[in-house]
Amino acid sequence: MNKLTRALQRIIPGGRQLVIGVPFLWLFLFFMLPFFIVLKISFAEADVAIPPYTQIYTFVDQKIQLLLNLGNYAMLGDDDLYISAYLGSLKMAFFSTLMCLLIGYPMAYAIAKARKDVQTVLLLLIMMPTWTAILIRVYAWMGILSNNGLLNSFLMWLGVINQPLEILNTNIAVYIGVVYSYLPFMILPLFANLVKHDESLLEAASDLGSSTFNSFWKITVPLSKNGIIAGCMLVFIPVVGEFVIPELLGGPETLMIGRVMWQEFFNNRDWPVASALAVVMLAILIVPIVLFNRSQAKEMEGKA
Amino acid sequence: MKRFRFSKLMLVLGLLFIYMPMVILVIYSFNGSKLVTVWGGWSVKWYVGLLDNSQLIGAVGRSLEIACYTAIAAVILGTLAAFVLTRVAHFKGRTLFGGLVTAPLVMPEVITGLSLLLLFVAMAQLLGWPEERGLMTIWIAHTTFCSAYVAVVVSSRLRELDLSIEEAAMDLGARPWKVFMLITIPMIAPSLAAGAMMSFALSLDDLVLASFVSGPGSTTLPMEVFSAVRLGVKPEINAVASLILLTVSIFTFLIWFFTRRAEKRRQRAIQQAIEEAAADGWKQPDARRAPAPIAA
Repeated sequence: MNKLTRALQRIIPGGRQLVIGVPFLWLFLFFMLPFFIVLKISFAEADVAIPPYTQIYTFVDQKIQLLLNLGNYAMLGDDDLYISAYLGSLKMAFFSTLMCLLIGYPMAYAIAKARKDVQTVLLLLIMMPTWTAILIRVYAWMGILSNNGLLNSFLMWLGVINQPLEILNTNIAVYIGVVYSYLPFMILPLFANLVKHDESLLEAASDLGSSTFNSFWKITVPLSKNGIIAGCMLVFIPVVGEFVIPELLGGPETLMIGRVMWQEFFNNRDWPVASALAVVMLAILIVPIVLFNRSQAKEMEGKA
Repeated sequence: MKRFRFSKLMLVLGLLFIYMPMVILVIYSFNGSKLVTVWGGWSVKWYVGLLDNSQLIGAVGRSLEIACYTAIAAVILGTLAAFVLTRVAHFKGRTLFGGLVTAPLVMPEVITGLSLLLLFVAMAQLLGWPEERGLMTIWIAHTTFCSAYVAVVVSSRLRELDLSIEEAAMDLGARPWKVFMLITIPMIAPSLAAGAMMSFALSLDDLVLASFVSGPGSTTLPMEVFSAVRLGVKPEINAVASLILLTVSIFTFLIWFFTRRAEKRRQRAIQQAIEEAAADGWKQPDARRAPAPIAA
């Protein structure tokens, strides 16, 4: 019996390997490996079959033939639709990140300065929307922004406008929706950073005659660099691939890459082109993602 | 002083901006009129009408089932990942591991969804599994991205823990596994609960991943809502959305309640220990901290 246990112990990996191995294997299999498959299929051709693409390698007469079809990528470069969709997504992501930062920074600052018991409640109020479906929060805006919606009725009742403003199904509505949905993701990392700041630095500055604004700009802002990076990345990266918000609030002129990819995949059933679109999107986003991972790794190891 | 007032004003305005649309949505779900923009008196008929919608009820059941399984799996996986990241300083591929854990937080959902679907299709071709996409594949997709959230929440708690308690147990001869189960787990229990509830809510809300990896007959609640919403604002959807909001608020409240209670208990225990130590009238010598023996 003892021999058996010892033999078993040799075969079964030790606790350490198991603890590291299980999450590693899961994430590798279901998060990393799929990207390589996307890459592979982006070189295939669309086909009327199940699944709807051709194989990129064939094994005939003891020869492996690898057939890489670059047509999908060439098409992305040629077609204005795709280029303007990428540019539209980047522009949307950039400006909404900026707006989130401008609105979110003061909010995070106020929460960090609040009393401890108030702080928990405020944090919870900020966090709750992130657990509510984006779908529902965006849907709420559909009712408010539509031509005969609440906002227009209210403005007309005030007498500010005579005719309803066209907001729903324009880029303005998408901006509102994006800032609204992603604001908490900006505030939370900023708060986590701001709350750790040492008050005595600000006191020292004010003792030496620095104005409040000056010390804010020269001490608080530089110290919160990591929080700003994390917050901006948490907003910027997902917004580039956002689908739900432009689909529900945007109009025909709202070209965003997530939406175009969705249409290629679900409406045109062109899996290779959708894959190529995803690969290029990932290539654009890889730098921000690495930046985010670095700041997150520092945070997790407690070095930040 | 002026800036203080400005940031507070922004906070109030920001919270109004966040909550006003939701409040309006809930109020309008009680609108008696068929026209969503005209107020026709209070009524609960849209809620009553939901009960007859068997398609919707089925979707709710499926979504809840997936969310339960996701919460359990994501907590286990996320906790393991957080433990590795905070306690195991060196192993091969650590940077890659860290990247794999945090990247799902920001990866656009359309990319993750598409890549997972292609994986499942390839696996079905090569291995014959999964035979058809459904609850199982949605569960895998949700577990993968929820465990990243759990890892972030749990690792921040693990970092705060006093290592000396675990070290003491290990010095007294407890096996690493036992230390983890008897000492670490109870100490991080509140964040585990928070992570589980967060995963539950995230899974319940997800539209994009589920749309990609679901199969015939496995429509989840968000997919059902989305296909209705695409056609415009409808009173029935107002009612569904309000119910989802209510569920999430209850969850949030529970999290707040549990974390507050755990915090209070912890502070009381610390206070008590200090008082007892003072009453005993002697002080323990300051133990030199040995470098942490990592689970071998």
